[in-house]
Amino acid sequence: MTKLNSNIPGGPIKDKWTNHKANINVVSPANKRKLDIIIVGTGLAGASAASSLAELGYNVKLFCIQDSPRRAHSIAAQGGINAAKNYQNDNDSVYRLFYDTVKGGDYRAREANVYRLAEVSGSIIDQCVAQGVPFARDYGGLLDNRSFGGVLVSRTFYARGQTGQQLLLGAYSALNRQIGKGSVKMYNRHEMLDVVTIDGKARGIITRNLVTGEIERHGAHAVVIGSGGYGNVFFLSTNAMNSNTSAAWQIYKKGAMFANPCFTQIHPTCIPVHGEQQSKLTLMSESLRNDGRIWVPKKMEDVEKLRKKEIRPADIKEEDRDYYLERRYPAYGNLVPRDVASRAAKERCDAGFGVNETGKAVFLDFATAINRLGKDVIEARYGNLFQMYEKITDDNPYETPMQIYPAIHYTMGGTWVDYNLMTTVPGLYSIGEANFSDHGGNRLGASALMQGLADGYFVLPYTIGDYLSNEIQTPKIDTERPEFKEAEEAVKQKITKLINNNGKKSVDSIHKELGKIMWDHVGMARNEAGLKEAIDQIQELKKDFWTNVVVPGTSDEFNQELEKAIRLADFIELGDLMARDALNRSESCGGHFREESCTPDGEAQRKDDEFAYVSVWEHKGEKEEPALHKEELKFEEVELKQRSYK
Amino acid sequence: MNLKIKVWRQKNAKAKGGFETYDIKDVSPDSSFLEMLDILNEQLINEGKEPVAFDHDCREGICGMCSLFINGRAHGPDDDVTTCQLHMRKFKDGETVTIEPWRSGAFPVIKDLVVDRNAFEKIMHSGGFVSVNTGGVPDGNAILIPKEDADEAMDAAACIGCGACVATCKNSSAMLFVAAKVSQFAKLPQGKPEAARRARNMVAKMDELGFGGCTNTGACEAECPKGISISHIARLNREYLKAKIKE
Repeated sequence: MTKLNSNIPGGPIKDKWTNHKANINVVSPANKRKLDIIIVGTGLAGASAASSLAELGYNVKLFCIQDSPRRAHSIAAQGGINAAKNYQNDNDSVYRLFYDTVKGGDYRAREANVYRLAEVSGSIIDQCVAQGVPFARDYGGLLDNRSFGGVLVSRTFYARGQTGQQLLLGAYSALNRQIGKGSVKMYNRHEMLDVVTIDGKARGIITRNLVTGEIERHGAHAVVIGSGGYGNVFFLSTNAMNSNTSAAWQIYKKGAMFANPCFTQIHPTCIPVHGEQQSKLTLMSESLRNDGRIWVPKKMEDVEKLRKKEIRPADIKEEDRDYYLERRYPAYGNLVPRDVASRAAKERCDAGFGVNETGKAVFLDFATAINRLGKDVIEARYGNLFQMYEKITDDNPYETPMQIYPAIHYTMGGTWVDYNLMTTVPGLYSIGEANFSDHGGNRLGASALMQGLADGYFVLPYTIGDYLSNEIQTPKIDTERPEFKEAEEAVKQKITKLINNNGKKSVDSIHKELGKIMWDHVGMARNEAGLKEAIDQIQELKKDFWTNVVVPGTSDEFNQELEKAIRLADFIELGDLMARDALNRSESCGGHFREESCTPDGEAQRKDDEFAYVSVWEHKGEKEEPALHKEELKFEEVELKQRSYK
Repeated sequence: MNLKIKVWRQKNAKAKGGFETYDIKDVSPDSSFLEMLDILNEQLINEGKEPVAFDHDCREGICGMCSLFINGRAHGPDDDVTTCQLHMRKFKDGETVTIEPWRSGAFPVIKDLVVDRNAFEKIMHSGGFVSVNTGGVPDGNAILIPKEDADEAMDAAACIGCGACVATCKNSSAMLFVAAKVSQFAKLPQGKPEAARRARNMVAKMDELGFGGCTNTGACEAECPKGISISHIARLNREYLKAKIKE
């Protein structure tokens, strides 16, 4: 317990951030020029942090695995970004956004962090507008808003169905300006493989140039990880194919503790798996549930006929359809939160009512809405999504219901950070989805973009100065020091082992096995026996990987199989920690449903007396079990309530 | 489906490349094109051969990482999609599918189907931004923007930077890519103060990097997976002309 200090400032919640900013140190312009900062990742958090810190005068070295910083997976976010602007005069406020976020996170987030997030949300919109982000406008020329994810106010700003793309391109443009000026040195197609610590402080990283295979050393006065989430531990997820946990996992092994690894978010409206050849899942925006009705047949004989394609969905009579969300949750109906909608779909499919050949799909039907509003209105609202669905599935959703199924989408867990976004290693920071801080057990729609940009534009540029103000006497980091040599040597040995392994199993085939273990036992619904089995299976899989994996080619060339193998080695170890964390947390909370912890009618049962804490895991060595620390969560502003959507 | 895959293999930037042909069996028509390549690679690995290198990431048509010239078309035979959203049902059973990397002097091959698009980055560094620092900006609603202008700016901003326009242009021109960015900012009041400088610098950089000139064939618009209109090139030309007159 002694190691964890969240450094939450004192005073009333509304004054904490203001007072904290007034009390922390700043670095003079002359000294900023002498300080180097490494940032890993160029999504919303990494790109916004890099440009902001370079504008302040620091020397920034920025790394991404893609061929351009613009390709980070923030680009794929569709729906929007929340901000407490109250432009609609619907009584929104910083407090209401704070409250909704803490409640939506099922009371497992830190109040002070969430309040700060809500507080800076308005500035994010201003910043993005100034950069030329083309947000939707109404005819008077003002910014347009919509409501999102069952929230009672309209606070979501959007750019068609491509909000993440436009916000990322905004941050990317700010970044380009700094790269052009030479204040950000950009390293495309570079992957961080380890962090280097000297006397307990983060002082640099080891990278692999993905084109030449060269292993490089980079030194800096502080290191920032903005490498995103770890949803690909499930193999199939809505994450990009190259999204990985390796940066976050390597810092874990060097002392940065990992918080709430079992908190993953499952999104209810994804396009179902078509078969064994599937490589990733595609999300359909949550906004579809505003007008779509979700159902499966009531009768098993109809299910069987559907699967054999003997009947079409429209042939099933109204009274033979089970609109199960409307049946179970009359108050919220099809608009229940993501976790509730996901579990309900799984429940129906597990009971045998899945409507496609794999038995893992339910209908999302727009017939009622088209009858009520007309096809034109539906097309204006969802035209691009309907077109995307048709391209992928060859079905026309104007004529036949969409098929959807839940999929892994976002990870609330991540590297533990204090109020300053610093990890348990001094000088090492974690921002955006890579950290655990603001979403608790479940993230609200349109809040991921907000958090990434809050961290990068408005939090880290202040808090990192407080640390660096004590580093102004530290000269440029010498990468010839033994700590760098050792870290480089360890990376090279790992790569050599993988290249020379000459096994029989491809990286992907082992990754699929890991994904199956995770989905079956550490997915939407979990129980003690299953989690224990998962831990055993993952241990076996780890042995299997290091014995039987084959990595073709050499280490000193462009080698995508080697990249995947290095990442999978880390995913396997993370999978183990996720299962352990899920086993420990024997309550149902947020996106995490524990079968032993439910109400008599099968709804999630949180246990605040036992589990109102952040689970923080410490790496104890390769052979030792990780140690659990607890950061108690104190709720002074918000009263803890059991969620109900009946 | 069973297919013959004729694919460009090239060890590295310096090596001489050539086509190799592989047979592939039992591909689901519901698989995406890149899933078909995954299957091919799995097969090659099992045979002890080196898999085909290709760029890809989001696999939902937005990151712009995937490329590929398929049967002579950028992003393959379907319209308005990237390669990752192309599905095998668009091909015939038994067909020979020819896959090449983007071909442009400005995009050198790194390996097999992977090319270096860093020239696009350099164009962006030269002016693809509005010069504002973080903080100290006006309220978002203090800048009124007519809906039509915001919509048109969004049409241009939808560019994903994949390079299909360059790959498909007989002159290897990057005009559509540059026009999309210049046009987005030209339609917005935020972009006005440095509009002339932006147009001048981005066009100069494009020329310097070896991209060809535009001869208005419209091939770029036809093959753009995001349907970016060549009307933006007309706007770029106007912006560039205005900038030159001011000089």
